[in-house]
Amino acid sequence: MMMTPVYRKGGRNMNNVMAIINNALNESFLEQLTSHRSLASVPFAARYRLIDFPLSNLVNSGVTNVGILLQTKYRSLMDHIGFGKAWDLDRKKNGLFLLPPSHIYQANTPYKGDLQNFYSNLEYIEKSNQEYVIITSPNVAANIDYRDAFNYHLENNNDITIMYKKINNFRPNTQYSVINTDDNDRVIDMQVDPHQKDYKKVSLQRYIMKKDLLLAIIDSCVSKGKWDFVKNAIIGNLDSLKVYGYPFHSYATIINSINGYYKSNLEILKPSVWQDIFLKNGPIYTKPKDEAPTAYKNGARAQNILAANGCLIEGAVENSVLFRGVKVARGAVVKNSIIMQKSELGKNAHLENVILDKDVKITANKSLKGDINLPMIVAKNTSI
Amino acid sequence: MPKEEIMAMLLAGGKGTRLGVLTKNIAKPAVPFGGEYRLIDFPLSNCSNSGITTVGVLTQYKPLILNSYIGSGSSWDLDRNDGGVTVLPPYVKEGGGSWYKGTADAIYQNIEFIDLNDPEYVLILSGDHIYRMDYSEMLAYHKSKNSEVTIGVLEVPWADTNRFGIMNTNEDQKIIEFQEKPEQAKNNLASMGIYIFNWEQLRKYLIAEAEANNDSAGDFGHNIIPTMMDDKINFYAYKFEDYWKDVGTIESYWQAHMDLLGEKPELELQSRNWMIYSVNPNRPPQYLAESAQVNNSLINKGTQVMGKIIDSVLFFGVKIGRDAVVENSVILPNTRIASGAKIKNAIIGSNVIVEKAAQIGQEAANNEITVIGDDEIIPANSNIKAGMVVG
Repeated sequence: MMMTPVYRKGGRNMNNVMAIINNALNESFLEQLTSHRSLASVPFAARYRLIDFPLSNLVNSGVTNVGILLQTKYRSLMDHIGFGKAWDLDRKKNGLFLLPPSHIYQANTPYKGDLQNFYSNLEYIEKSNQEYVIITSPNVAANIDYRDAFNYHLENNNDITIMYKKINNFRPNTQYSVINTDDNDRVIDMQVDPHQKDYKKVSLQRYIMKKDLLLAIIDSCVSKGKWDFVKNAIIGNLDSLKVYGYPFHSYATIINSINGYYKSNLEILKPSVWQDIFLKNGPIYTKPKDEAPTAYKNGARAQNILAANGCLIEGAVENSVLFRGVKVARGAVVKNSIIMQKSELGKNAHLENVILDKDVKITANKSLKGDINLPMIVAKNTSI
Repeated sequence: MPKEEIMAMLLAGGKGTRLGVLTKNIAKPAVPFGGEYRLIDFPLSNCSNSGITTVGVLTQYKPLILNSYIGSGSSWDLDRNDGGVTVLPPYVKEGGGSWYKGTADAIYQNIEFIDLNDPEYVLILSGDHIYRMDYSEMLAYHKSKNSEVTIGVLEVPWADTNRFGIMNTNEDQKIIEFQEKPEQAKNNLASMGIYIFNWEQLRKYLIAEAEANNDSAGDFGHNIIPTMMDDKINFYAYKFEDYWKDVGTIESYWQAHMDLLGEKPELELQSRNWMIYSVNPNRPPQYLAESAQVNNSLINKGTQVMGKIIDSVLFFGVKIGRDAVVENSVILPNTRIASGAKIKNAIIGSNVIVEKAAQIGQEAANNEITVIGDDEIIPANSNIKAGMVVG
C-alpha cells in the first residue's frame, strides 16, 4: 500500500476534516429580515434556518468538528444552535464551537473584513486535530455530500478546491461570485459580483484545503493588511496555488438578495427541488420544537404548499410556505407568500407576494400585495 | 437540591390485547396517537408539566421500542441530575426474579428504587389514557383532606357504570365503598386508575400482601385496595372534570382520534398552556400538492398529500397518492396510500403499503372500523370489507 504524507493521521477519512461556517458575511441585502438576526438564522423552507443546511451537510458527510464564525446579531443563532444537540454535535471530543468576534472588544478601529473573524479564532483552528478544513457559508441551501469532493481534492493534489454550480439564468440584483476554469477545472479566474457575468460557473462558497494552508494564508493576508476572505485569501492566491473547481449537480440556491430568498422558498415547492434538498443524501436537521400536527378545518383549502407543524388553516392557501404555528382565519387567502413562525391572518385578509416575518398580525379584511419580482416584506412583530 | 415530595410510577407493561394488531409489535403505551405522539406522552407530559421530575416507567411486554423511545427522558424535560426518568423492567434479585404479576406486584418489586428516592407520596399512573391533568392539584387535595389514598375519578354515564370500577362516596368525597364493574351501581364516579399513596403506608401493605399470599395476583384493584378498605383507611375521590379517554379498544382508539377534529375539538392538541411533548422525529415540512384536498383533518410533518383527506389524522411520513380518498381514518407513520385507493372508517398501521385503487372499508356503516396491521401490503384493486382486521 502506497503511503504519502497526505494520508498520515486520519488520512482520507472525513474525521480528518474540520469545518468553519463563515457567518461574518454582509447580510444587509436581506433588509428587514436581517435587522435583528444574522444571515445564518434567517428562517427558510417552512421549518429551517439557513444554517441548518450547511451544518447538516457537514454532519451527514462525517465532519464532527464545526466552528461557526459570528459577527453581529447572533442571539437568535445561539438560541437556535444551543449545544448542537440537534446535529449530534454535543460531543466530549470535537463538536460544535461558536466563535465570537473577539476583535470588536479589542480595537476602536472599524471592522475590516471577515478574515478578522478567522484571525480572532486562530487558536481554535490551530488546536483542532484535523488536517483539513472545509470553509462554508450559511447563504447557500443545498444537500451536499462532501465526501466525493474531498476525495477529488486528495486525488488531484489540489491546494484549494472550490465547489461550483453551472447556472444559466442569474437572478437580477443578486451578488454572485463566478469562476472561470480551464478544461481540467483549474480555476483561472474568479470575480466577486461582477456587473458583466461572463462566467457561468457560480462559486457555492465551499472551499476545501489543508488547515496549515489556511493558517498560512490568514497570516500572509493579515500581515499585509488584507482582510477579505474571498478576494484576498482565495482570489489573491489563484496564480500561486493549485486551485480547482468541483462541480455540484443537484439543486443549490444562493441567497444573496430579497428576490433570491423569496424565489428560493417558492422553488422548493417543486417536487423535484424538495426531493433534491430534503430526500437526497442525509436529512436536514433543525432545532426540534414541540408542535401538534397542522390542523386543516372545515372549508380550508391548501394547494401546492409546504407547511410546518402547529398551523391552523381555516382559509385558503396556495403556492406558499408556512412556518410553525401560522394561523389563517376563515375567508383569508394567501398566495405566493412566505409566512414565518406564529404569524396570524385575520378573517378575509388577503396576501399575495408577501413575506411576513415572525409574529406578524394581519387584521381582518386587510389586503397586502407585492410583486412576484419584488415581494412586500412585513417586519417581525408588526400588526397591520 | 430539595428532596422530591412525590414521585410517579407509570405502569407501562400492559399487552393491550384488545387493541389487537396495533400491539402486535409494541407495548400498548408505545402505540402512536394523534398524528405525532405515543400514548405514554400524555402521562409523561402531565408529570413534567405538574412538576413531577422523578418518574419510574415499569415496562415488561415488548419493551424495546418503548425503552428507546423514552431514552434519557429529555423529550419531556425529564433528563435530570437527580431523579428524571428511569425505565424499570423486572430484574433478578438475590432470591431470583419473576415477571410483574400485576400492578401492585410491579411496585412491590421496585420498592428499592422508590426507597432510593425516598418520597413522601407515590403517584401511580397508567400509560394508556389520553388526558391533560395537573397532578400537583391532586396532591394538594390529597394533603388538604388528610387522605391516605386518593383516587382520581370521573363521572361516567350511568349506563356505562358496569364497565368501570365505581367509587361510592359521601358528601365529603370520602370513598365509603368500591364496586368493581357493578350491575347495579350506586354512584357514577369511575376510577381513572390514578392513585396517590403515602409511600410509607403503601410499602407496608405491599410487603404484607407479598409475604402473606404467594399466589396473590398482586393487583391494586383486587388485592391492595380491598385490604386497605377493610382496614378503614382514609380514601378520597378526586374528581377530574376534563377530557379523558381510555383508548383500550379499537373503537375507543378510533373515536379518540375523531375527538381531535371538528371546530372545537374535545381535546385540543395545539393548546399551548399544557403542552404534550413527544420524541419529535426530524422530518421535512408537509407538502400538499396542487391536486390535494384537505378538510377537517390533522396532518403531521414529512407527509406528502396529492389526494383527498376528509375527517382524518395523518401521522408523519405518510404519502397519499393522486385521486386517493381517505375519509374518517387514522393513518399511522410512514404508510403509503397509492393513487386511486379509497379508505373509509379505518385505522391503517405503520409502514403499510396500500397499492393502487385498493378499497378499504368502503361500505362501512356507522362506526364499523376496518384495521390494517403494521407492515401489511394491500394489493392493487383489492377490496377489504368494512369491519375486517388484516394482520
